Amino acid sequence: MRIVLLVLILAATPVFADTPRDFLNRYEKEAGAAGNPTRGGQFFVKRHGGEWSCSSCHTENPTVAGRHAKTDKPIKPLAPVANAERFTDTAKVDKWFRRNCNDVLSRECSASEKADLLAFLIGQK
Amino acid sequence: MTSTTKHLLVLLSVVAWSLPAQADRYPVPKNPVFDEECASCHLAFPPQMLDANSWRAMMNDLTKHFGTDASLDEKRRVAIADFLNANAGGRKTGVTIDATGKPLLRITQTERFIRKHREVSPAVYQRASIKSPANCTACHANAAAGDYEERGIRIPK
Repeated sequence: MRIVLLVLILAATPVFADTPRDFLNRYEKEAGAAGNPTRGGQFFVKRHGGEWSCSSCHTENPTVAGRHAKTDKPIKPLAPVANAERFTDTAKVDKWFRRNCNDVLSRECSASEKADLLAFLIGQK
Repeated sequence: MTSTTKHLLVLLSVVAWSLPAQADRYPVPKNPVFDEECASCHLAFPPQMLDANSWRAMMNDLTKHFGTDASLDEKRRVAIADFLNANAGGRKTGVTIDATGKPLLRITQTERFIRKHREVSPAVYQRASIKSPANCTACHANAAAGDYEERGIRIPK
């Protein structure tokens, strides 16, 4: 039933300018499952075998500004509620997932990891 | 002395007087792709600070860019490589190669940087307020505008 609902929601989603929810929908569709915000939050702060976690630069609170762990350059908040520019441009989103997943996990992120992360970020108040 | 010679002398002394200041100015030419892609993670380092060989070597390996993945799509990579090539180096930068003849990738390892910073002890760069010799803005507040002049330097505690 949930899958049917999901498919219906996806089918009804217009393909205009990208919104954070469009990205969530896209990753959920690829993963075949709904994003889990709790899992996304754990993924965000955890290290994945490397030196950095997502939160090394973005801080553990995605609604506040971060700093690049190496260069110290300020980074605007990642959560859409705090920064309306986030997750509105496919090329940018793809580029940063490619780079940052490689830095943090030494591989690409899976669709379900991205869905979890989006669910976590969209859920920020 | 003819008046032309006099004018020339005046002109020359004005040039000589302004040289030391000019030497530490590195105006970064405007380039939207360079600004967006390079300056999103760090200061837009002036292209003039490395020679063309160094920039070429750097732009050929962006997936391992000082320990991070800075990869770009090919169109943007080429656009930035061309921009850096066109604005690279110059006489005051010299050739930026190491002792074995390999292109230097770190501005902080170039002969000019080392000479200009010989009064700064390595411990200074370790300060939490500075973090790294590559953090130009920590001491050169107007580095983003290409201003590295002596009078603008303030080394934080």
